[in-house]
Amino acid sequence: MANAQFPDLIPAIPELFLAGIAMALLMFGVFQKGGRDEQNVNVFRVISWMAVIGLVLALLLTTALSGGRLVAFGNIFVSDGYAVFCKVLVLTGSASTLIISKGYLERQGLARFEYPILVIFATLGMMMMISANDLISLYLGLEMQSLSLYVIAAFQRDDGRSTEAGLKYFVLGALASGMLLYGSSLVYGFAGTTNFDTLAKMFTDAGPDGPGTGIIFGIVFILAGLAFKVSAVPFHMWTPDVYEGAPTPVTAFFAVAPKIAALALFMRVMVGPFGDLLAQWQQIVVFISVASMILGAFAAINQRNIKRLMAYSSIGHVGFALVGLAVGNEAGVRAVLIYLTIYLFMNVGTFACILAMRRGGRMVEGIDDLAGFGKTHPMAALALTIFMFSMAGIPPLAGFFGKLYVFLAAIEAQLYGLAIIGVLTSVVGSFYYLRIIRIMYFDDVEDPLDKPVDRDIGIIVTVTALVMVLFFAYPAPVIANAAAAAASLFAG
Amino acid sequence: MLEIGLSHYLTVAAVLFTLGIFGIFLNRKNVIIILMSIELMLLAVNINLVAFSAELGDLVGQIFAMFVLTVAAAEAAVGLAILVVFFRNRGTIAVEDINVMKG
Repeated sequence: MANAQFPDLIPAIPELFLAGIAMALLMFGVFQKGGRDEQNVNVFRVISWMAVIGLVLALLLTTALSGGRLVAFGNIFVSDGYAVFCKVLVLTGSASTLIISKGYLERQGLARFEYPILVIFATLGMMMMISANDLISLYLGLEMQSLSLYVIAAFQRDDGRSTEAGLKYFVLGALASGMLLYGSSLVYGFAGTTNFDTLAKMFTDAGPDGPGTGIIFGIVFILAGLAFKVSAVPFHMWTPDVYEGAPTPVTAFFAVAPKIAALALFMRVMVGPFGDLLAQWQQIVVFISVASMILGAFAAINQRNIKRLMAYSSIGHVGFALVGLAVGNEAGVRAVLIYLTIYLFMNVGTFACILAMRRGGRMVEGIDDLAGFGKTHPMAALALTIFMFSMAGIPPLAGFFGKLYVFLAAIEAQLYGLAIIGVLTSVVGSFYYLRIIRIMYFDDVEDPLDKPVDRDIGIIVTVTALVMVLFFAYPAPVIANAAAAAASLFAG
Repeated sequence: MLEIGLSHYLTVAAVLFTLGIFGIFLNRKNVIIILMSIELMLLAVNINLVAFSAELGDLVGQIFAMFVLTVAAAEAAVGLAILVVFFRNRGTIAVEDINVMKG
């Protein structure tokens, strides 16, 4: 055929589409008449909605690709069932956090049209890294994501805390990228290739001798870099500061999309090219998983700021998800994917409730500010109660099933210690989730929070709360899709 | 005459990389030094990649190094921009002053 290269691009259609949308919106925003505040807000609103529509269209394009395993760009980019599943989660997370952010950004004077565009670029980077099939494309996707995230962490330019969050995130993120790169260079040098398929084949053929020390060194560095990105202990120190300092919509975004994308990448790298070296990396993943679960459970107890509390909570959740990765088989990956799906809805809902906390038009973020929330906002308080119970893992809410599958996978793989520590830390963690519920319902109202809640936030909260409650009745679609996605990762 | 081989390059890169990491953690003075340390780490990686590429007779390593250089430039631009807004808010870029949030 004359045009032989063209079919190559089809696996990357969602990414190409998203890149086009982002650049078109950027041009559109730049050439709008701005200057006065209400004009800026109008441009922001239009671009924000168009960004949401673009993300939803990209989601539809992604699902259209589900099916076989497609590669592009000389086998450095892969679109398989696993990539489609994770991309759907990431796109849902980005679109829903954009929807709940609009009201906050307008009220805080942050309604600049660059925000949705940076979110799209970050999402694009996440999709690239989920689909990475080569160390080079892995690095480029990761950096595309990270560079956009550094900027939006510091998005509130005139606020000292936001810029400090951006600076801390930048320094530690760049350090993580450096470690990941150093590991990649060692793996490249000692294996002679950067392609995941070739690496996987090489380690399968290596036999009982295993790889050389250089490769092991490289894997450890790559692991450390990825652990930074998913904020697992002992590489978690940026998380609480960044979550607290960044504007709340940015925190909501950070807690959802980048975390899911980084975990997806973590699993692809560990299970794909290094899957046959499970014996070499399993101990490390078990350690960071246990450390994250313990820190997430204990460090959150004394927190007074709800965003900081959510940071420790997300560290704990990463620990639970890594239990599934430590198992390292198909059941483990399937459990992590189910966990991430539930985590997505749980966190979007919780942050939608946090974004609804206003007093006298100003945002508040102390846990004690929720006092009397149950009397002043009965519906929102009910939803937040559902989310907190779900995070604590109380049946029959969805969060329970997420943990159930992860621990079952661990028990089947005879990692009993891991499962026991997981259950114990989950009990400790429920203390601070339940405390929030106690404050909402049993503390006296001193200074009630503003009403009413924005309509967009109301819709998102209702939908996510219904997902939490009704998951047990109809879990089949999530479980079947997660199983298919996990199978495709192991087939590849 | 001593032949300069792969292991010499790898040692230089490892030393530079370690210097970069220590520069980030031990430095208590200035954020600009942290940015320089990050750059040093990335350049150490580039030495590694190019040395391996020459040793293996494989071009992928040099392509990788080109990408790393490009991304490092973008990263420095973003980092300096964040540093400028930080300075506007605080009037300082000393490392010990980045301490509003603690946990």
